[in-house]
Amino acid sequence: METTYRSNIMICAGTGCVANGSLKVKDALETELIKRNLQKEVKIVLTGCNGFCAKGPVMVVYPEDIFYQLVKPEDVPHLVEEHFIKGRPVQKFLYTPPAQKDAIPVMNEIPFFKHQVLRALRNRSLIDAEKIEEYIARDGYMAAAKALTEMTPEQIVSEMKKSGLRGRGGAGFLTGLKWELCARVPGDIKYILCNGDEGDPGAFMDRSVMEADPHSVLEGMIIAAKAINAHYGYIYVRAEYPLAVHRLQLAIEQAKDRGLLGKDILGTGFDLDIEIYQGAGAFVCGEETALMASIEGKRGMPRAKPPFPAVKGLWMRPSVLNNVETFANVPPVILHGADWFASLGTEKSKGTKVFALSGALNNIGLVEVPMGIPLKTIIYDIGGGVKNNRKFKAVQMGGPSGGCIPASLIDTPVDYENINKTGAIMGSGGMVVMDETTCMPAMAKFFLEFTEDESCGKCVPCRVGNKTLLTILQRITSGEGREGDIELLLNLSQQIKDTSLCGLGQTSPNPVLTTIKYFRDEYEAHIKEHRCPARVCTPLVKFVVDKDKCKKCGQCFRACPTGALKWEKGQVAYIDPEKCTKCKSCIKACRFWSID
Amino acid sequence: MAKLTIADLKKIKEEYHANQALREGGFRVKITVHMGTCGIAAGARTIMNTVMEELAKSDKKDIAITTSGCAGLCSQEPMATIELAGEPPVKYIALTEEKMRRIFTEHVMSGKPVKEFALVQGHETTY
Repeated sequence: METTYRSNIMICAGTGCVANGSLKVKDALETELIKRNLQKEVKIVLTGCNGFCAKGPVMVVYPEDIFYQLVKPEDVPHLVEEHFIKGRPVQKFLYTPPAQKDAIPVMNEIPFFKHQVLRALRNRSLIDAEKIEEYIARDGYMAAAKALTEMTPEQIVSEMKKSGLRGRGGAGFLTGLKWELCARVPGDIKYILCNGDEGDPGAFMDRSVMEADPHSVLEGMIIAAKAINAHYGYIYVRAEYPLAVHRLQLAIEQAKDRGLLGKDILGTGFDLDIEIYQGAGAFVCGEETALMASIEGKRGMPRAKPPFPAVKGLWMRPSVLNNVETFANVPPVILHGADWFASLGTEKSKGTKVFALSGALNNIGLVEVPMGIPLKTIIYDIGGGVKNNRKFKAVQMGGPSGGCIPASLIDTPVDYENINKTGAIMGSGGMVVMDETTCMPAMAKFFLEFTEDESCGKCVPCRVGNKTLLTILQRITSGEGREGDIELLLNLSQQIKDTSLCGLGQTSPNPVLTTIKYFRDEYEAHIKEHRCPARVCTPLVKFVVDKDKCKKCGQCFRACPTGALKWEKGQVAYIDPEKCTKCKSCIKACRFWSID
Repeated sequence: MAKLTIADLKKIKEEYHANQALREGGFRVKITVHMGTCGIAAGARTIMNTVMEELAKSDKKDIAITTSGCAGLCSQEPMATIELAGEPPVKYIALTEEKMRRIFTEHVMSGKPVKEFALVQGHETTY
């Protein structure tokens, strides 16, 4: 029998918070609780990612639902005395929204959490990721039990189709339909595969799910396996996610011990074994056929489709590959029904989507929101707006395969259709927010450097085309752009998209295309005027103070590390070109854009 | 480890429900033990221990126990406040272990406030 406690401290043990020292905070708490003889009243639980990574280490204290942020081990004695003995929330560690005076103690009243709807992340901050019992206590494995005992494969497929759940990995293919295609193919050996090869820079949705709630992925896979009649499964995770691999491995062992995986699951006669396959971190291995090649021990390269994986997948057997977040969404669909799932979202995009917020935002972290929510709500209400009072410029959605959405389209509802209309893609859910100090051609160059590096080299358009795109972008950002370069970029991008073999090449020009679409003037300024409006591209910055714009505040003078900046109170600043090393410290310090 | 059946899943859910309920909210009763300096000096710790013992004995999952600071009536400590969902809170004063046990049985479990130990009903709400 589980002991009764009066309070539970849920300490975030996601990768972000662990890196910030949350495990040390846990040790300090354990020591302090024993010292105060509270260890039988207050329970400490390590959870997966809480989502509010920017404020880590974070913890939530129940039953009061108090959210504490930025807690250090040395603060723990004070916190224990105040909260657990005197019973008052400790002001110092409460969250205060930007530009507001009063702290908000209760987690669900903080705007970052308030606007979220948790489905894939339903157990966030509520369970110990390493205890199967805590997952079961939250209705865990009840959906698998229902699917295995009460439903036929056809019923599972039809429920999934009716729910409208679409693949959360990026392309948005209807999950139920994918299962149906595979279920119809005859064959005694089939595979159920989970794609945890999250590779987009700035994306960590799947990692968080695997770390925080590994059993939800396993349960989703059991249900899918029943639907397509597979008895073997793989979870493909990159080795760079050691915590995710560890928790998944532990979850698989626990499930096997309890008869929730392996032979005769829950006494129903259904068998399923799941194994983890660690990838080496190649971006292309997120592509389904490359992923399968990698599991087979071959070089991770995509192949032509058809035959589609549903017909000939892993080891040429019919296979279904779904993303981590997709699987995490499956158990509630089966348990609560398709109508419940479809009650949220827009006409063609149902349910919720998890996003990883990063970049120039106040509240960086992991959020789950209903489909159709305006982009503005995510950026301003949940994300807390742009850092340092700067202006919002654009958001890159879908990582290197996606595109940017400019400030003018901030009211766009976030669902598959509307995001596609802007030229970006929903992708797996990365959102990198950029402020006015971001140079768009340089941003496109950054992503092209990534895709050029990650291209597997199998097909020419991707291998040579992306390299050429990058070369053109390099010359534009170094001040050697030529007349006609923009047209060349557009033309080449279209060809790469049209002729590449796999999703990597078909989407890699998207950052170029969308930045030209929305910020063509910046490209023109680089090429025609040899000017970088955001003052990012060093070769295009003159390092001269504009007398009319200078407010004589001296911020640049204080920031200059080389003594190149001359300034006296009431005087316009001057930069000595002899001493200037073009480090751009002055540009970052100037609030008035007065250094050109 | 023994293989689970569907009935076992339900059993585990029941067993672990106490802590889950604590995290998910939706309590029927909230017991606040006032633990300011005055309360602690007057013996609030014994009251808290008593409440924890009674709670364990009761096997109830819908009771939240929390602490709070000085209630402002230091001469009447130890104090506790019992709030039943949908009813005004009741403040109890000058508690002893025996009084607390009776309050737990009569008020918390059966919903009948123990009038002779109570200071007041109503007034401030803590949530």
